[in-house]
This record gives sequence, C-alpha cells and structure tokens, in this order.
Amino acid sequence: MKMLMKGTEAIAEAAIRAGCRLYFGYPITPQSELPEYMAKRMPQIKGMFLQSESEVATVNMIYGAACTGQRVMTSTSSPGFSLMQEGISYMAGAELPAVFINVMRGGPGLGDIQPSQSDYFQATKGGGHGDYRMIVIAPYTIQEAADLMGEAFDLAFKYRMLVTILADGMIGQMMEPVELPEWKNVDEFSTPDWALTGTEGRVPRKITSFDINPYELEKMNLRYQATYQKVIENEIRYEEINTKDAELIVVAYGTTARIVKTVIDMAKKDGIKVGLFRPITLWPFPYKRLSELSSNVKNVLTVEMSYGQMVEDVKLAVEGKADTPFFGRSAGVVPTPAEILEAIKKIVRR
Amino acid sequence: MAIDKIVAQMPKALSKKEFSYCPGCHHGIIHRLVAEVIDELGISGKTLMVAPVGCSVFAYEFFDLDGTVAAHGRAPAVATGMKRALPNKIVFTYQGDGDLASIGTAEIVHAANRGENITTIFVNNAVYGMTGGQMAPTTLLGQKTTTSPYGRNAKDNGYPIKMSEMLATLEGSAYIERTMVTTPQNVIKTKAAIKKAFEVQIRGLGFSMVEVLSTCPTNWGMTPVESMKWLEDNMIKVFPLGIFVDRTKGVL
Repeated sequence: MKMLMKGTEAIAEAAIRAGCRLYFGYPITPQSELPEYMAKRMPQIKGMFLQSESEVATVNMIYGAACTGQRVMTSTSSPGFSLMQEGISYMAGAELPAVFINVMRGGPGLGDIQPSQSDYFQATKGGGHGDYRMIVIAPYTIQEAADLMGEAFDLAFKYRMLVTILADGMIGQMMEPVELPEWKNVDEFSTPDWALTGTEGRVPRKITSFDINPYELEKMNLRYQATYQKVIENEIRYEEINTKDAELIVVAYGTTARIVKTVIDMAKKDGIKVGLFRPITLWPFPYKRLSELSSNVKNVLTVEMSYGQMVEDVKLAVEGKADTPFFGRSAGVVPTPAEILEAIKKIVRR
Repeated sequence: MAIDKIVAQMPKALSKKEFSYCPGCHHGIIHRLVAEVIDELGISGKTLMVAPVGCSVFAYEFFDLDGTVAAHGRAPAVATGMKRALPNKIVFTYQGDGDLASIGTAEIVHAANRGENITTIFVNNAVYGMTGGQMAPTTLLGQKTTTSPYGRNAKDNGYPIKMSEMLATLEGSAYIERTMVTTPQNVIKTKAAIKKAFEVQIRGLGFSMVEVLSTCPTNWGMTPVESMKWLEDNMIKVFPLGIFVDRTKGVL
C-alpha cells in the first residue's frame, strides 16, 4: 500500500523498518522533520531517540553506539555535516558502521535552506582528515530513498564503513506516494564479533583509529584501502536512460537527474537525442561505465546544483574522449528544465 | 615460606601492558584505583571504557576491559552513545583537564545535565601533558607553562576553571567529588570516591564524576616529591577537595 509521505519522514520510517533503533541528532533545516519523526516513533517500537547538544556531540554519540554493533543513524544538513567531519574521520579509522543522511542546502557558510548539491566534494572526497572513504548514495525519488535505507545499513555492516545518503532539500521536503519497505526483525540480527559489549566470557576488545607506531598504522590504513577496493569492485550502482542512441549524455544525480528526465522528453520534441547517466553511488563513482559510454558521443554534459563538483569525476571518467561541458545552478537555486534544455541546445548546435 | 595472606596484588581489571606514564605521574595510581574498584564491584565483564586524547590516550590498552578512544574532548558523547545502546552495561570515561575542561566542555556539561548514567574519572594536573606542558584552562594564575612563559595572567587568559563546582550546579549531576592521591590516606579517600561514583551508576542515579588532582613532574619541571608538595601547597587553594554534589542520600 502506498502512503503519501514527506521525504524526511519516509527515510526515517524506512530506517526503522531496516532495523535502526538508535537515532541521535540535532535540529537543522531542511531535515528537522526527520528527528521529529524519530522522537515520536522510536519510543513506540522500543527504540531510542536522543537530541544532542550539537552535531559534534551527535557524531560522537553515533561513534559510541556504533561500537556496540547495533544499527545507528543520524541526519543533518550541510552545516551540520561539516561539524560531523571530525567524528566521521575517527569512525572511518575505527571501522565503525553507521548511516548518515545529509539533506544538502545552499552554502558555503550559513548559506540558505533551499536544495543544493554543493557538498559533493565533502561527501565523496572526504571532509575529514586522513585517507578514508565513505559509501555515498544519492537517491532521486522518495521511493528510491526509502528503498535504499536497508541497503545502506547492509553495506555499512558488510564493509564496516560509513554510508551517507546524500539527498538534497527537494528530496527531503517534497511529498510523494511511497511503498514502504518490509520490516526487518531486529531480534534476528547477530552481534558482530568486534562489538564492545563487555568482556564477560571472552578477551577484551578494543576499537580505535589510533596507533602511535607508523608501521602499525600503515597496516591499518592498508586494510582500509583493501576494503575500499572491494567496495569499488562490488558496489557501484547507476542508472542509464536512453544512453544507447543518444547524441549527448547528461550526467546528473538526485533531484537534478529527475529534472533532466523531463528535459529528455522536451529535447526529443526538438529532435535532440539526450541520454541520462545517473550515478546512484557517488562513491564509488561509476567511472568505467561512463568511460565506455563517452566513446559514443561528442558531449557528456554534467548538470548539478553546484558550480561544478561531480563534473571533476565525470572528466576523470571521460578522459578526453568527449567534450565535458557543465551546467549548474547552486546556492539553493534549482535549475528549470527549460534552462537545462537551452544549455543542451547551445552545445549541440555549436 | 608459605604465603598466608595476599594483601595486595595487581587488579584483574588492569591489563599486563606497561604504563607509558612518566615517573611521579599520578595516572598510574588512579588507573590502579579504578581497576580495584571494578574488581571489587565485580563489573569488569560488563564495563565499557572510553579513553581520551592526552597522556591517558593509551588508557583503553591498560585496562582488561572492552574499550575505545574518543576524539579530543568527546569521550562523554561517545560514552552517551554506548550507554544509550546498552543501558545495562557500565560505561566510564577517563579524561584529563585539557580534554574535559577545554575542548570538551560542551560534551561534559550536557552529559552531566542530561543526568547521563555514566561515570567520569577526571584527572586534573593543571597542564597539557602529552603535547609538552602548555597552559590548560586549569593552569593556576602565575603558573609558568610553555605557552604562558611569563606565568598565566587573568587579563589575557582568564581564570583556572573549576569543573567540579560548575558541573555540581546541574541537576543531572548525582555525585561529584574532588580528591588527590598524594598520601596513603588520600589514596584511600580517592578509592572510596571512585567506588561511590560507580555505585551511583550501578543504581542508575545519574551522572557521577571524581576529579583527582594530579602531578606532572615532567612538565612542571620538578621532582616527583617536589611536585606533590607543590600540588598540596598551591592547587588545593584553587581546587579545594570535597564533595560538591551528592544527590544519593537515602539511596546510597
């Protein structure tokens, strides 16, 4: 049965159904409905909601809760995600699984509260210190966001990594009919063999991102890198629409990809064959497939709600085999289908 | 000769790892007291510890307990996450004064204010030890450190921050005491305070903290004996010993 739900609320309910019973968070627009939903919902299902004193505290509460091997998450928006970067680096080093939701808004600084995609670098290239990665997933509908919550937790535990759902204010705030995912039975989850639960009947366990000996720390780092390599090999997700006979491929994710879908139909009426390549995982980025596709077209246009972030990965993928123009509006301004079409026409008629 | 009675031995809650602390530093004594209390309360199998950043950054290795090390100052938030996930376990943080009283003030204040049912062992030696003896928020007025080479002055650097007094004003704080370990008598008192703090948590009464004044002979530039005298002559005037809040009456 489909239900009409706001993005943030659908994400929250999907997380609960995926077995998340621990939520820590701090209010920030445009995602405050998510902690509000959790505050109401968690006590009903024997879960735990805690409003922290700051995002700095939030991420460290997530660290502590994740140490116990349970499914834990938080949600925030851009400035709050910046504050979490310290803890994210520590969690990556400690190989702790958790799910973060970043409902991006306009920046930099306090910016505004409208949809944006200008935290792409921060999410995919590491906003914290050190050689770490996190899996970054970008849904483009509320349905997809709800569907991906379970997968986000599964990936986090499979690889002992952080997973970020990189949404934008549009995904967070709009309402759509959603088919909510099935319930997972929390009682069937086993406690991982690294979790801190007290030493009763076994040797002590330590969780840390720390080793004062550089050769030992190097070993830890090489282990992280080996994990990241496995993720690159196994977990890349993307969608292609009309890429087979396209004369121009647009690369876009999240809300922007959704707008581009409309543009494809508009362009068709003008006799321009536009394809859409939509990365679902932003890290790992689907370089290989995009590289293959770029051999068949003259132009690979990147459209983002930023002033050019993902376009750098697109260029790495295309490797000069096609032109790589860019169109973006940012700071909370959502591009219209008409202006994207205009950008496409300019490129095609060049 | 047969041994009739063992009067002292290594606490089981301590690991076999050699301490990394300087001669004359009080961390060793305080570690031992925490471990003895955990043994006596029989809680080592269900205790989780959170070490800080600072000299006691290795503390999670020195205890035979499940443990982690938090980012600088964030131990109370990490402990909060653990305790909320596993409310029936015992969770404690072990933090220095740079960690707790400077970079981690927000986390400790709000953990205490929520009445977070955790225990904090706060070791105050009025200086940043690990990084080489810089001024801490607890550094005494006039005290020379590597970043207050002419002595701390109130005009530029404010005053030594009194965390126990401050946290005692919060309703979530169930038990807060300040002690020292310069004499056997004081060692016994400190152990009793630590034991009480853990008992507060076991009974679910709220936030508990023991602040232990400690020496730092290396960074104070004194011998261990001189530094104990300096602590007694100077630190107690600014950081008086005693119980600052005890909301356990009638329960404990």
